[in-house]
Amino acid sequence: MSTVFIMKYSSVCVNKILKIGILFLFLGVFLIQPSLAAEGSEGEKFNPAEMINHHIRDSHIWEITHGVEVHLPVIVYSKEKGLEMFSSSNFFDDEHNSVSYNGYVMDHDHITLESGESVLDFSITKNVLFLFINSGIMLLIFLSVARGYRKNEGRAPRGIQSFFEPIIIFVRDEIVKPNIGPKYEKYLPYMLTLFFFIWFGNLLGLFPAAANLTGNIAVTMVLAVLTFIITNFSGNKNYWKHNLMAPGVPLALKPILIPVEIIGMFTKPFSLMIRLFVAITAGHIVILSLLAMAFIFQSYIVGFGAAIVVTVINFIEILVASIQAYVFTMFSSLYIGMAVAEDHH
Amino acid sequence: MDLLTPDIGLIFWQFVVFMAVVIVLAVFVWRPISDALRAREGKIEDALQAAETAKEEMEQIKSDNEYLLQEARAERDEILKEAISTANQIKEEAKGETSKITEKMISDARQSIESEKKAAIAEVKDLVSTLSIDIAEKLIREKLGDEKSQKTLVNKFLKDVKVN
Repeated sequence: MSTVFIMKYSSVCVNKILKIGILFLFLGVFLIQPSLAAEGSEGEKFNPAEMINHHIRDSHIWEITHGVEVHLPVIVYSKEKGLEMFSSSNFFDDEHNSVSYNGYVMDHDHITLESGESVLDFSITKNVLFLFINSGIMLLIFLSVARGYRKNEGRAPRGIQSFFEPIIIFVRDEIVKPNIGPKYEKYLPYMLTLFFFIWFGNLLGLFPAAANLTGNIAVTMVLAVLTFIITNFSGNKNYWKHNLMAPGVPLALKPILIPVEIIGMFTKPFSLMIRLFVAITAGHIVILSLLAMAFIFQSYIVGFGAAIVVTVINFIEILVASIQAYVFTMFSSLYIGMAVAEDHH
Repeated sequence: MDLLTPDIGLIFWQFVVFMAVVIVLAVFVWRPISDALRAREGKIEDALQAAETAKEEMEQIKSDNEYLLQEARAERDEILKEAISTANQIKEEAKGETSKITEKMISDARQSIESEKKAAIAEVKDLVSTLSIDIAEKLIREKLGDEKSQKTLVNKFLKDVKVN
């Protein structure tokens, strides 16, 4: 009873806060309109698209805040020069102008040889750095959780262990077990790692100055491909028969249905890849666009309104972070479950 | 580093690091946790089952006790009833015996009285006869002179004897 009340009350509260924020946004926009026209010509123009792109893309430089930058190591491989490693700061001179270094040039974070030939770029970019951070946090947390099980053997969980145990059990009992079926145990380690990697990555991406790790298509692609590989390697006779021979379908329909099934094998991981990438990147774009309004209109009032709306959106993003981790793990389990299912017909 | 084209470098690092994380966590975290959880779930299951059986046993014992109590009560009632009836019987018997003894005593008394009486009578008779003989002797010795008075005296004695 009381929880329903609190939920209703809090949703009313959030609604009100959101309305106030939007009100300030519009108020600021209308108030500033004339002055903006007057100041339009002054100084260098703020480009929101560039700012947003800069934030959601990978980079060789980790810009913590304006002017505070970490030049990350560049690792490149080319046929002519072999494997080379150096700091990305070498691409800039003292006045912050782009320069070539040792036969390499970097244009918009894209490194090529001076001759224009492409190189294989294995640099520790911003996303790779956050991949390390994310994995490090995971190892730190879960090794400590596992230690809890050794220490409190036969007793109730304590501390961090008691926080993660229900989530681990949720993933096992609500996501993996019902979707994969009786053979779930073999896939549980992958699924748990997948869930927590995406969840932590999503949450980490919401921090200021953090990289958009799980909103990067390379990251989601690797995860989707891993699910694809596991699915097809654990596919049993029924799975392949179903995909390649379409049993129970009239002969005339088979030429249509079999290609559809085969394409379906690939669209499943493709949808996994796109869904996570879009959901996280879109969230970042929404937040950054709202914040950009303050700079576009150069108004404190707009900034105040934008900050309120962004705060609300940030809470929604925390929810999205969890939902996307759930959805990715759930669909991965479902696809594997379809591949290992016994024939019911 | 375009938005929609995956970079080979990030793909490489993501694959290597993620696989490493999967393997490390699988070996050092997920397996021990899974085992611990399964063990604990088994333990809880066992504990619940044990509690259930204990409860059943308790119930059984309780009903057994109830039964025993009832039986004991019934036995007590039985014993009490028996005791009462035995007591009554003893009382009756005692009563009967007492009356019999009394009767016997009375009859014995009567008998002895009768025999005493008979003995007394015999004694009296004996005494009388002795007396008579004595009297007769005295009479014979002292009053042989007067025949007439002798005769009356004899008659008188005889009369007396006849009465007896």
